[in-house]
Amino acid sequence: MFNYTFQWKQALARLPQMLDGALVTMQIAILSMAIGILLAVLLTMFRLSGLRLLSAIARTWVEIARNTPALFQIYMAHFGLGSFGLHLSPFASILLGITFNNAGYLTENFRGALKAIPETQTRAARSLGFGQGGAFRYIVLPQMLRIAFLPMTNQMVWAILMTSLGVTVGMNSDLYGVTQDLNALTFRTFELFALAAVIFYLITKVITLGARLIAARLFRY
Amino acid sequence: MIEIENVRKSFGALEVLKGIDLTVRKGEVVTIIGGSGSGKSTLLTCINGLEPIDSGRIVVDGTEVHAKATDLNKLRRRIGIVFQQWNAFPHLTVLENVMLAQVKVLKRSKPEAEAEAVKQLNHVGLGDKLKVFPSRLSGGQQQRMAIARALAMSPDYMLFDEVTSALDPQLVGEVLDTLRMLAREGMTMICVTHEMKFAREVSDRVAFFHKGVMAEIAPPEQLFGAPQNPELQKFLSATH
Repeated sequence: MFNYTFQWKQALARLPQMLDGALVTMQIAILSMAIGILLAVLLTMFRLSGLRLLSAIARTWVEIARNTPALFQIYMAHFGLGSFGLHLSPFASILLGITFNNAGYLTENFRGALKAIPETQTRAARSLGFGQGGAFRYIVLPQMLRIAFLPMTNQMVWAILMTSLGVTVGMNSDLYGVTQDLNALTFRTFELFALAAVIFYLITKVITLGARLIAARLFRY
Repeated sequence: MIEIENVRKSFGALEVLKGIDLTVRKGEVVTIIGGSGSGKSTLLTCINGLEPIDSGRIVVDGTEVHAKATDLNKLRRRIGIVFQQWNAFPHLTVLENVMLAQVKVLKRSKPEAEAEAVKQLNHVGLGDKLKVFPSRLSGGQQQRMAIARALAMSPDYMLFDEVTSALDPQLVGEVLDTLRMLAREGMTMICVTHEMKFAREVSDRVAFFHKGVMAEIAPPEQLFGAPQNPELQKFLSATH
C-alpha cells in the first residue's frame, strides 16, 4: 500500500521557480495589506462619521467580508465582475479579493481597538483646538493602530495563506500556482507541496518575527 | 473677559444649570465650590464650547461661544482647560505631548514649539522628564504635564476642573503649588475645586454652586468668614 518513492531532488531542482512564486505571493499579500489598512481606516472613519449612508457602506462591507468564504470574494472579483464585462487579470482579481477581505476584517479589528481608547482622549485633543479630523489623526489613530497591531499581523499571515486561492481564478505565478503547475509537469505531488508548505511556513514565521521587531521599535510606550 | 449670562443647561430631564450669571475679568481668579452635581464642572465645559447650552449666552472677549458662526477650534486656543482625569496622550513623550497642538493647531515651527514646551515643562517642574512617556509619570506629574500642555498654547484663560480630585493625597500639593504659581503670575483662571484652603488662598472671588444655581459669590474672606446662604453654611461646616 505504501510504495511511493520520494524523489526530493526533483522537487528541490524546482526550488528557484518556487521562490520566484513566493515573491509574487508576498507582493500580493503586502499590497493587499497596505491598501487594506488604508481602506479599513477609511471605513472606520465612515463608521465614526455618524452619517447613515457612510456607516451603512462600512457595515455592509464588514458583514460580507467576514461572513462569506474568502474564495467567494475572490470569485466575485474575477468571474462576478467578469459577468458585468469588467475582466480583471488573475493577479488583479486575487489582489482585489484579498484586499476586500483584509479591509473588512481590519475594520472590525479597529472597532475593537477604538473601544479601548477613552473618549476623554478626543475631548482633551478638542480642548487644545484640534478639530474632529485632527483629533482622530494625531491622537486616536496612532493609539488605535498600536492596539490593533497584533490582529493586523494575523491578517497579514492570513493574506499570505489566502493567495493560495488564486489558482481558482487562473493565477499561476504565485507560490501555490507555480507549485500546481510543476506538479502537473512532474507528478512529484507530495514533495512539491511539502516544499511549498515549508516555504509558506517560513514566510509567515518571518512576518510574525518581523512584526514583533517593528512593534518593539515603534511602540516604546 | 468672560461673561456668562443666564445660562441654562439640561441633560435630559435634569436641569444642571439654572440660569447662571458670572463675569470674570482679566487677571481674576475665581474658584467654584459646591457639592457634586451642583453644575460647576458642566459650566466649565460650556465655557469652551465642549458642551452646548440650552439658553443664555457665554461671551469670551466679545466672541459668543455658542453662536453658530463661532469657530470653536479657534476659540479653544485662547481658553485652556485641564480636567480631573489628566488625559496624557500615551503614545507621545512628555515633550511631544506639549508640542503637538502647538505645531498642528497653532502652526508654530518645531524649534519654536519645542522651546515653548521646554519652558512650560520647566515651569511646572518637569524639565527632567522631557523624553519620558506619560506611563512613567505619577498622577501628579501627568496632571502638571497637562497644565503645561494647556499653557503652551498661550491661552488668555485657564479653566481647571477638579484637577486634584483624582490624585493620591500626597500628590495634591504639587499640583496646587503649580496653580498658585499661575495665580501669582496673573493668569485669569476659573477653578472648580474641593480644596477649600486653596480656594481661600488664591481666589479673588469664590462662587458657591448649589443644585445648578450660583447661591453665593464673594471674596474668600467674606464667603468663608461670613457665609450668608444657609446651604453654603451647611456645606462649609460639612467640609471643615
